Parts: sequence; C-alpha cells; structure tokens
Amino acid sequence: MTNGKVFKYGDNVDTDVIIPARYLNTTLASELASHCMEDIDKDFASSVSEGDIIVAENNFGCGSSREHAPIAIKASGIACVIANTFARIFYRNSINIGLPILECPEAVKEINAGDNVSVDLKTGVITNHTSGKVYKTHPFPESIQEIIQSGGLLNKLKKAK
Amino acid sequence: MAMTMTQKILAAHAGLDQVESGQLITAKLDLVLGNDVTSPVAVKEFEKAKLDKVFDKSRVALVMDHFTPNKDIKAAEQCKCVRTFARTFDIDNYFDVGTMGVEHALLPEQGLVGPGDCIIGADSHTCTYGALGAFATGVGSTDLAAALYSGQAWFKVPSAIKFVLKNKPAKYVCGKDVILHIIGLIGVDGALYKSMEFAGEGLKYLSIDDRFTIANMAIEAGAKNGIFPVDDITRKYIKNRFKREPVEYSADEDAVYEQTFEIDMSALKPTVAFPHLPSNTRTIDNCGEIVLDQIVIGSCTNGRLSDLKIAAEIMKGKKVAKGLRVIVIPATNEIYMEAMEKGYLKIFMESGAIVSTPTCGPCLGGHMGILAEGERAIATTNRNFVGRMGHPKSEVYLASPYIAAASAITGKISSPENL
Repeated sequence: MTNGKVFKYGDNVDTDVIIPARYLNTTLASELASHCMEDIDKDFASSVSEGDIIVAENNFGCGSSREHAPIAIKASGIACVIANTFARIFYRNSINIGLPILECPEAVKEINAGDNVSVDLKTGVITNHTSGKVYKTHPFPESIQEIIQSGGLLNKLKKAK
Repeated sequence: MAMTMTQKILAAHAGLDQVESGQLITAKLDLVLGNDVTSPVAVKEFEKAKLDKVFDKSRVALVMDHFTPNKDIKAAEQCKCVRTFARTFDIDNYFDVGTMGVEHALLPEQGLVGPGDCIIGADSHTCTYGALGAFATGVGSTDLAAALYSGQAWFKVPSAIKFVLKNKPAKYVCGKDVILHIIGLIGVDGALYKSMEFAGEGLKYLSIDDRFTIANMAIEAGAKNGIFPVDDITRKYIKNRFKREPVEYSADEDAVYEQTFEIDMSALKPTVAFPHLPSNTRTIDNCGEIVLDQIVIGSCTNGRLSDLKIAAEIMKGKKVAKGLRVIVIPATNEIYMEAMEKGYLKIFMESGAIVSTPTCGPCLGGHMGILAEGERAIATTNRNFVGRMGHPKSEVYLASPYIAAASAITGKISSPENL
C-alpha cells in the first residue's frame, strides 16, 4: 500500500520532458531524478516526496525508449503512475524495472492535482482519500505478474538460470 | 486463423504454428541492438545480475551514435563502459568513431538486418527495419540486458492497422510526407500497441529509403512496429548486403485488421509537423510565414544518400539565407563518402551549410546544433517534443529534405516551388 499526493498531467507526456536528453550522459538514478519533469513542471523535483503519485491522461511516456524515464520517476519517490493509456515501450520498461503503473481512465478523470491517494498494488484498488472515492483496475496477466513478483525481468532471468 | 505479416514472423520465432493478437509469447531474436545512451544502463544491470555470457556475439550490435564523437566527459565514460563490455564478450558488431553511423541507417547498410528477422533494439526507432520485411521493435535497457544473455524477449502479439498506399506521389512528395500525413491522420497514439502494415500497388513508387523513413516513424504513431512486404525493391537492396538467408513472409489474404486506411499518395502535398507533436501536421500551403534560425538535414529518419541528393539538387548554386545555420549530417561513413564522391558535400559547403560527422546529435538535443530560447528549426528528424532540440522554449518543425533544403535558401518554411 502506498499513500501520497497527486501530480496531474495531460496527454502525451513524452520521455523528452520526463527526462531531457541533455541529462542522458549519466545513468545515476538520483541525478536523473533531480531533473525529472523539469521541462513541463520545474517544481516537480523539489516538491515530490516518497509515495507520491503521478496521474496523467493518454499515451503517458511516448517517444524514446530511454529507460532513464521510468528510472527517474521511480528514483524521485513516485510510488505509482496512473494513466488512461501508456506508450508501449514505457509500459514494458516500467514493468521491467519495477515501477508500478496502472491504467484506470475513471480514476484519471476524477482525481485532481494535490489529492491524497493510496494504491494497493496487489488488488489494483485506488482510493482517493480527498474525495472518498474508490476505483478498481484490472490485474496484470500472469506472466507479467511473474516479472513484477520476481522484482524485475533480470531477477526472473537469474532465477531461471 | 489467418495472420498478419507481423504475427507470422512472431509465430515462427516463438516456435508456434499460430498466434493471435493479445497472446503473450517468448520469441527468439535474430539481432539485439543497443546504443551509447541505452547500453550503459543495460551493462550495469547485466553486471548487477551477475550474468556471465552473451547468447551469440555475432547477433549483437552496439552502436555509439548519440553523443559521439563524445560531447563531454560523462558521454565518454558511457562509451567506455560499452566498449569494455564489447571487448570482454568479443562482440563482432561493435561500432565506434570511425566505423559507426546513425544506428538505423548503419545496420541495414551493413547487412545485419533483413527480411523475416525478429529484432529488438534499445532505441525506439528500431522499428525502421520493418522497411525490409522484418519484425523490429524498440525496447528499454532491461530488455536489452536480458536479451543479450538469453537471445529472447517477451511480446504481446499485436493486432494491426493496414495502410493501402495507392498511386504515384506528386513532385516534391516523398516517404516523409506519407508518414507525417498518416500520423496527422491517426494521432501520436493512433496505432498504440499495434502493427502498422503497409500494402498496395503504390509501394512500387516508394524507394527503400522512403520505406525506411516511413517504418522509422511508426513509433511516432505509438505503433509496436511498421512493416512492408518484401518485393523486388527489397531484394535488390539486400543483395550482396544481407549476411544471413532472407525469409519472406506475407500477410494472409484474409488476415484481420482493426482498421484499414487507403492513402492516395498522388493527392498528398509536402507536409510539415508543427511544434510540439509529430501529429500536429499542416500541408506546405497552410504553413504561413515561419522564419527559421536553423536547419538540420540528417538522422535515422532522413540522413541517407537519397535525402542528401534531394537537398543537394535544391541547394546547388544557391546560398543559405543570411543568419541561418544549416547543418547537414550524413548518417553513416559510407553515405558520407558517396555524398563526397557525388559532389553533394561540396554543394552544401559552397552554399554556406556545414557538414558534420555522422551522429544523432541535434535530433535529440544532444550536441552539434542545440537551440537557444525562442529559436526555431526545421529538421528532417522525427520528433518535435518540447525541448527536443535544446531549450524548452525552442521550436522544431519536422519535414522532408525537399522542404528543409528549400527553407535553407529562403530562411523560412518553403517549398522548392517557391525558389
């Protein structure tokens, strides 16, 4: 269970604004986190705290394949990203590195920036403590859950080794 | 049940007779690709997981192209990390300064990708190889690390959208206009998680370079892959080039598509994507007066020889507009040398443009042409997101080499017809 405040964004939040290419000369997660979202929300990095949640509309994470994008979001303390839809490379990268992501258009529509929201990743239940509303999302398919439960793709691979 | 071309390639690589959309499969890979931005993360993960072997050193390609020749110490350290990995595992296809090129122009040129292949690359524009009738898709660094070890990747079998291309494109209309038109039509998530399968009698009017450009930007519509059938144009290109035996797949005649679009290429006009989305398209006659600071002709989308030929023919004997910076980047050394032999580079330099060593450079705002606040560029590249080429308050317009070269002469977005 995670619990935090919501940062809300619109459609097509691309990986270039999640982490601009000018910072891709490092793989250090904390350094990437310090520049996360800065081209669309320069206050994000300084105001985000552990357990906070990003809520966005369509096609979150579109653009480049840079895994630095979910890494930056995860390292900034974000516990979960909820969106209507995710771009496919971002979606698989998030699963592979263990950044929880949920697709839930109903929650996206009704949750506002600054709301206090908790997410139960095991059951897929999203609770908005500000409005008192509860949302249920679909669980991941079994083989994807296996990757998440192993703690990422490489851990799964290591177990099979 | 009937299958699309993509589904057939995935089924064959998963060892299955049949797959259907939505099915999760594990497929064997013919080639695994990484670059100097994505590979260091993969190498770190590979080492952290204590993986000790590469599945096949001849089926790995590592291309140092984004920040090379190294733009700063950090970029140099990243390349060093990949170089050391390549030496440790004796990787056959490691490309560094001197042999490198922009990866998606380089790999087809080197014959490392071809018809029937199943390819992943830790770069979103890996979908370029669909031009050759391969299944190719972009992934991230963790997928790369796992595939370097296992030679496999998991996929959700995609459904498909079919684009039936008809008639001969008009003058000054090329592959870039076809794909920008399509992205404008369906949007940046119009093909999300899906294949874009191209078909139709109009294919015969599209050169292999046009097809590379179209497949390259499938990702800008959110697609998993873009794919072309194999025909004589493909066969001619791969002859004496492709190092493995090609396998030609084609979609079943009764394959099911979620949607089918007919595109009359003879009715298309040169198309420009305005800031800040590739789907924000306007035809050239609706662009208004957009004054420019910089032009970039290059990238994995349009940095091939035919692109440079188009630009050179337009710029020959003319001068770059005063105050404009024009940067031409041949995508590989082979392209660079051919462009030199054919006199294109001389034409560019005499006109007042500069010619850079191959690099992804300015396309992703890395180096070699970064924009300041308030500046505008037209580029033959693939993305015009906020801050893509530099300052978050700069602007990138995407277009073909015809439009970019004509704009280089006038200093504002122009068609060659206006010269």
